[in-house]
Amino acid sequence: MSEGAHHPAAMAPVEQRVAALEALLTERGLIPEGFIDQTIHRYETEIGPMNGARVVARAWADPRYRQRLLADGTAAIAELGFGGAEGHHMVVVENTPAVHNVIVCTLCSCYPWPTLGLPPAWYKDPPYRARMVREPRVLLAEMGCELPEATEIRVWDSSAEVRYLVLPQRPAGTEGMTEADLAGLVTRDSMIGVARL
Amino acid sequence: MPVDGIHDLGGMQGFGAVDHAPAEPVFHEPWEGRARALMEVVLGAVQPNGGEFRHAIERMNPGHYLTSSYYEHWLTAAATLAVEHGLFTREDLEARAGGAFPLGGPVLAPPATDPGADLSEPRFRAGDQVRVREWHPPGHTRCPRYIRGKTGMVVRLDGSYSVPDVEAHSSGRRHEPTYSVRFDAAELWSDGQRSVCVHVDLWDSYLEPA
Repeated sequence: MSEGAHHPAAMAPVEQRVAALEALLTERGLIPEGFIDQTIHRYETEIGPMNGARVVARAWADPRYRQRLLADGTAAIAELGFGGAEGHHMVVVENTPAVHNVIVCTLCSCYPWPTLGLPPAWYKDPPYRARMVREPRVLLAEMGCELPEATEIRVWDSSAEVRYLVLPQRPAGTEGMTEADLAGLVTRDSMIGVARL
Repeated sequence: MPVDGIHDLGGMQGFGAVDHAPAEPVFHEPWEGRARALMEVVLGAVQPNGGEFRHAIERMNPGHYLTSSYYEHWLTAAATLAVEHGLFTREDLEARAGGAFPLGGPVLAPPATDPGADLSEPRFRAGDQVRVREWHPPGHTRCPRYIRGKTGMVVRLDGSYSVPDVEAHSSGRRHEPTYSVRFDAAELWSDGQRSVCVHVDLWDSYLEPA
């Protein structure tokens, strides 16, 4: 064996790698007091699909808001107080009986954080990213969203600065419901476009 | 030399079913939330060029990339940038972690010394047919492989933004109009899919008139 031969050590478990990075950043004084817990708390309680659900419910309840939302998603979403990183350039795509929209990011994990929060694991994993652009009708059916053959499927690959939000169709029989009750019907998956309501 | 990264997954086959859970928690394990926060700490400390963080993920070993979750990708890229920007060394990380701490591989693209001139006016309008350039850049790009050489139609103009291919490898910037381009599935995959189209958002220089 040559002297330079290198036998790589086994990869440290991921928890230990996270702890190592945290320890080194802490020693260098780079982590503000409480920052980690605050960040976790914010993503677990404040930034999530409940925000997008409010946008959708408002669009269902108020036709003029719906028009503004489809014309300028960023501005209309800001009316409800949502915006910021990964939400600076929002385009809202509307599902109809004839058209079904679904979003994906084949290159990484682009996702509208202010309205949907951090993406679920499956959205970032290879099967979804590889297949949603190649066989969306098959994949949607596998995920429980079977569409009539006549329904046009529009896939949106978030490859540049725009982030997308799907405006699902309002379910039948919800006339007269309050906006808050309507928001309770809206799921994360329906705003990604992998489910219908 | 394989320069098209493993991250460029659109259209690849053989991955099987999506592990889909409608009510998934934001963080499955405590370390995921900590990794997420540490990523923000590192980005604040090293102030990377636009695209540099994504490119650090793209430089992961392909086997590691495919067998690790996205929070681990973020951890790996954050640690890679921390080392490359001199906050500490890989040896420091491995000593603390008690084992190997894989980082992203070397940058293969040469530094972009001349970013080129901004393009102020869009070359294309909604309705125009465009073809995606057929090329294989050695560095960061936001032009997926599955549309290269394919023809589509511009459906939306989205304003002018810094080109990631330039800014990931340079402190310089070039701004260009971006477009949403619609591709029929039949054009992309030649498999007879009907009533399916895929939209990809692209910078001007990724395109040529069709």
